[in-house]
Amino acid sequence: MTHDEPAGILADPGAILRAAGAALTKLDPRRMIRSPVMFTIEVGAALITVLALARLAGQPGAEHPAFIAAVAVGLWATVLFANFAEAMAEGRGRAQADALRKTRSDTLAKRLTAPRREAATEAVPSTQLRAGDHVLIEAGDIVPGDGEVIDGVASVDESAITGESAPVIRESGGDRNTVTGGTRLLSDWLVIRITANPGESFLDRMISMVEGAKRQKTPNEIALDILLAGLTLVFLVVTATLLPFSMHAVASAGRGEPLGLAVLAALFVCLAPTTIGGLLPAIGIAGIDRMVRANVLATSGRAVEAAGDVDVLLLDKTGTITLGNRQAASFLPATGVTERELAEAAQLSSLADETPEGRSIVILAKERHGLRGRDVEALGATFIPFTAQTRTSGVDLDGRQIRKGARDTIQKAVIAAGGAMPAEVNAICDDVAKAGATPLVVIDGTRVLGVIELKDVVKGGIAERFKELRAMGIRTVMITGDNPLTAAAIAAEAGVDDFLAEATPEAKLAMIRRYQQEGHLVAMTGDGTNDAPALAQADVAVAMNSGTQAAKEAGNMVDLDSNPTKLLEIVAVGKQLLMTRGSLTTFSLANDVSKYFAIVPAAFGGIYPQLGALDIMRLHSPTTAVLAAVAFNALVIVGLVPMALKGVRYRPLPAAVLLRQNLLVWGLGGLLLPFPCIKLLDLLLAACGVP
Amino acid sequence: MMTGALLEVAAILMATALAAIAIAPWLVAVFPMEHAPDGGPDGDRRLDRWLEAITRPVLRAAGAWPAKEMTATEYGAALLLFHAAGFVLLLVLLRCQAILPWNPDGLPAVPWLIAINTAASFVTNTNWQSYAGETTLSPWSQALGLTVQNFVSAASGLCVLAVLVRGLVRRDSPTVGSFWRDLVRATVGFLLPLAILLGLLLASQGVVQSFATAIDVPLVDGALAGQKATRRIVTGPVASQVAIKQLGTNGGGYFNANGAHPFENPTPLSNLLEIAAMLVIPVAGCLAFGRWVGDRRQGRALLAAMAVLFLPFLALIVRFETRPNPSFAAEVDQSPSADHEGGPLEGKEVRFGPAASALFAISTTATSCGAVNALHDSFSPLGGLVAMWMMQLGEVVFGGVGTGLAGLIAYTLVAVFVAGLMVGRSPEYLGKKIEAREMKMGMIVLLVPPIVTLLGTAAASVLPAEAAAASNPGPHGFSELLYAFSSAGNNNGSAFGGLSATSPFWTLALAAAMLVSRLLTMLPLVAIGGSLAAKRTVAESPGTLPTHTPLFVLLVAGAVILVGALSFVPALALGPIAEALQPLSIAEGPP
Repeated sequence: MTHDEPAGILADPGAILRAAGAALTKLDPRRMIRSPVMFTIEVGAALITVLALARLAGQPGAEHPAFIAAVAVGLWATVLFANFAEAMAEGRGRAQADALRKTRSDTLAKRLTAPRREAATEAVPSTQLRAGDHVLIEAGDIVPGDGEVIDGVASVDESAITGESAPVIRESGGDRNTVTGGTRLLSDWLVIRITANPGESFLDRMISMVEGAKRQKTPNEIALDILLAGLTLVFLVVTATLLPFSMHAVASAGRGEPLGLAVLAALFVCLAPTTIGGLLPAIGIAGIDRMVRANVLATSGRAVEAAGDVDVLLLDKTGTITLGNRQAASFLPATGVTERELAEAAQLSSLADETPEGRSIVILAKERHGLRGRDVEALGATFIPFTAQTRTSGVDLDGRQIRKGARDTIQKAVIAAGGAMPAEVNAICDDVAKAGATPLVVIDGTRVLGVIELKDVVKGGIAERFKELRAMGIRTVMITGDNPLTAAAIAAEAGVDDFLAEATPEAKLAMIRRYQQEGHLVAMTGDGTNDAPALAQADVAVAMNSGTQAAKEAGNMVDLDSNPTKLLEIVAVGKQLLMTRGSLTTFSLANDVSKYFAIVPAAFGGIYPQLGALDIMRLHSPTTAVLAAVAFNALVIVGLVPMALKGVRYRPLPAAVLLRQNLLVWGLGGLLLPFPCIKLLDLLLAACGVP
Repeated sequence: MMTGALLEVAAILMATALAAIAIAPWLVAVFPMEHAPDGGPDGDRRLDRWLEAITRPVLRAAGAWPAKEMTATEYGAALLLFHAAGFVLLLVLLRCQAILPWNPDGLPAVPWLIAINTAASFVTNTNWQSYAGETTLSPWSQALGLTVQNFVSAASGLCVLAVLVRGLVRRDSPTVGSFWRDLVRATVGFLLPLAILLGLLLASQGVVQSFATAIDVPLVDGALAGQKATRRIVTGPVASQVAIKQLGTNGGGYFNANGAHPFENPTPLSNLLEIAAMLVIPVAGCLAFGRWVGDRRQGRALLAAMAVLFLPFLALIVRFETRPNPSFAAEVDQSPSADHEGGPLEGKEVRFGPAASALFAISTTATSCGAVNALHDSFSPLGGLVAMWMMQLGEVVFGGVGTGLAGLIAYTLVAVFVAGLMVGRSPEYLGKKIEAREMKMGMIVLLVPPIVTLLGTAAASVLPAEAAAASNPGPHGFSELLYAFSSAGNNNGSAFGGLSATSPFWTLALAAAMLVSRLLTMLPLVAIGGSLAAKRTVAESPGTLPTHTPLFVLLVAGAVILVGALSFVPALALGPIAEALQPLSIAEGPP
């Protein structure tokens, strides 16, 4: 999947042409009625066009036919520009969708008559597979649909979905038992049970989401639509009543003409919140699209919005807050043992140890004491790997029996061999544990050499990010399986607000419920089947793509990169979506003030010449004043398309600061910007010879 | 003398503020909110027991005891039923005036059109008067018809506010309180004692309160040729009605001249009391709001938003009314002197002067009172514009008792919606999410009054016979039409003057405007209360939009101004603005 910059698409002439074409087809009133604001403008445009044609055909009337035609053009331009914005947003989504769709190429699936590998197969087009069918996939096959592995282990290339080229293992049972349609088996075989009917698969849903085809309006969009429709209605009444008002004024002033329909339509299009009304669909589609670019697929626009509202983040310690695995941080020798001696023993015991902890011990020994790695085989040593039974690992070499392991296990082994655990080593272990690290005791036979301190390494810069989040009012909660002591130490180092130690799925669920009870909105990530209840309960639930089908079903977003840190980006995208909507609404409404100064003196100047005092922009003529206002109103939509697609600048700041900044930029800016723009357009029109 | 006038204005505002601070805890106790998030006592417990003690017998007598908690739909239905019953009862009473007691002058039944208009007017707390009180209504009709509605229409406004506040305070609650209990507590436990107190104070200033009939007095100078030697002076239960018409933001005077009549408003002190009485409950409502929601800053912020909208325009209208009218600059000395504070006096009472008249005018239009102590028609064009615009802002700058604050909260919800989005959160106010339903109802509250006002004015201006009801030509005549519908469409009830609104069109159109505006704002407000009460409360955090900061106050005030300005600027341009900008007619006329 590509990550091209929005600017790339905006500069692509092909995309612009396609969007322009789509803007025309979107004029279909049945589509337009979804946006009440733009629908009324379209009706107005049609009406004024008919009027212009009638006047050109010789019907009598007060307004100049060319003026009426110019207003009609302005109205159509407003509608078309709004459609263009939506089409641009959809165009970007479609590029993503096409990439996704390629992976859904029709393949022949091997349907099994029974859920066993040995069962007979029949070739069935993948589009005809139903949920519950069993399919055999062998090395080189394309996975024909979303499914759950019920037998077999295989490596799968999921780069078509995730962009990640390293193959992943999929196997039955456990948390890695799902496969996604469109991915490719690299080795071995799998028997899967199909979990989605054609057209309902994960991929299908994502395609329709990014294309915006089946886009449902989100609750927030509906509420905003009501606001905009209400304003449109009142402005319709304001402009419509101006006809009788002006008739009364003409009668009592004894001069001038009642306002013509074209001027009224022009005033209406200028007052109606067309800027936000026209850009609203584009903003919504672009928000989902930004999620897709972050390699996150949201199942609904509602989920994207909710991400902006989240104020509690439940973050898994491993991978999000810490680098992943614990690493050796220091060697703490017992009395009578040099640190080098301990390091050497520790290194020997870990040379063949392929666990990340083991490798980190070798690295630390090399860094601190210059101890080079040696070939265990060449030394004639026997490596004792870690097993769940012995819970120790080590090496037998030249009669030495070097072991390392957790304190209680080693203690038992030492006592069993007739030795004793020195009190001082116990004290070291306690200190290490208190600091939130894990002690590994190293022994040589019954001689206790000392302790290796294994520490969780907190990711660089993560504390700063949490600080930013706190400033925005978002609490971070670390979830870990560690004991409370270890958890508290890491929580303090990373700067999270709270932690849940020895977390069980039940404890997670209870914690989410408690936060929600207190009125918080909770986001979490999860991948395992046992995460599913908590994911279903959370307001924003991001399932890892590597996770189980159950987790994906329970969540409302899927992170294709399976990166738990992504939650922070998701929150940012959600907030940016809402901010863009709010800022453009403010801008749109603030714009109206200046248009009164352009149109009111122009419209009523003939009746009450003294109202010319309100013409503070000193516009050329009533005709240019009205046309300049209409032109500005249409052009500002085009001007703001990049804004709508990219979203307003987002920075993690407290609400009070954000409000001040956005009000200043979009409120005050929206109030002032039209004055010079309308004046400029007026000069331009006058220069073009418009009377 | 200007300094004296300004001191007078400052003194009145100060007195209002002190009185509001004094009665706010009382108002809090009238509608206890069943919680105390700040840990303080939830209203005054003793006051609460006392209120309950006087409410119980009334409800028991009405068969409504024990008071049952209602859903928003039930509450709205009760409110509607109560309005309908009040309307029918008042209509019957006015139509049967001739056969009812306490009709010393033997006044006939009120004509149908006027009776309908009056019933609609008083039931809706508007008090537009298409009749002259002293020559149309008997003391019985005034006291038992109008004054009763003055009390209960104000009380129903308070009920709507109570529902809205309960919506913000309660969580996951299917109910919003009991209308009958709220109504009785507000009327008997709050408005009645306040009105008795104010009535006594007004009577001390010489406002008439009498069971006597009209008095025929001989003229001092004797009779002019062909005229009677006596004049009839109407008296009646005036102080009791004036007290509640001011306090309840009703505004319907006992006499045709309203607050300009010496029996209704005899002294500068009574003038002070009457201005303060209009403002005191709306101001106290803001202070009570802060206590109800457990965060006094929230109440102060809403009060500040009202003040931001009120004080600059107060300064403007005082300026407009105390500066000399340039049309007569040469002929009439309008400069300040020892016994005149300056400015034109046409249509104003000399015992009040231009500044106090301007303060009365903006107070009566900012609140939805509508009592007048001067002829707004005679104000300068821009002075008249200020008075008119205060109504067109939807009666949320103080506004009606209860409804004004409730209306401002509706504006706040809309402002919060846009501002909340701007900070990247789906919007919430005091922990309650603002969603489609609140938005829909809020927009109805905001938009019905301007739409009713504009459509009514449009109808009047295209019907030549009806437009002729305006006594002035040109833009001023249009102002007279616009003012009438602004007054009725926002439940203010004040008259600009200069309009003979007695034709069937005017009486019925204004009655319809009053009913539609009142009911289509109150019922959606109840609906908002119901839908908010059913929601859970979202926790506050630094990411929450603060709704008590100066910036937010300006935002709410800005929203009110924006909707008000965008709805009415073109109409105002054809009325007061065109009039103010027109060249001096005196220059064109004969010397």
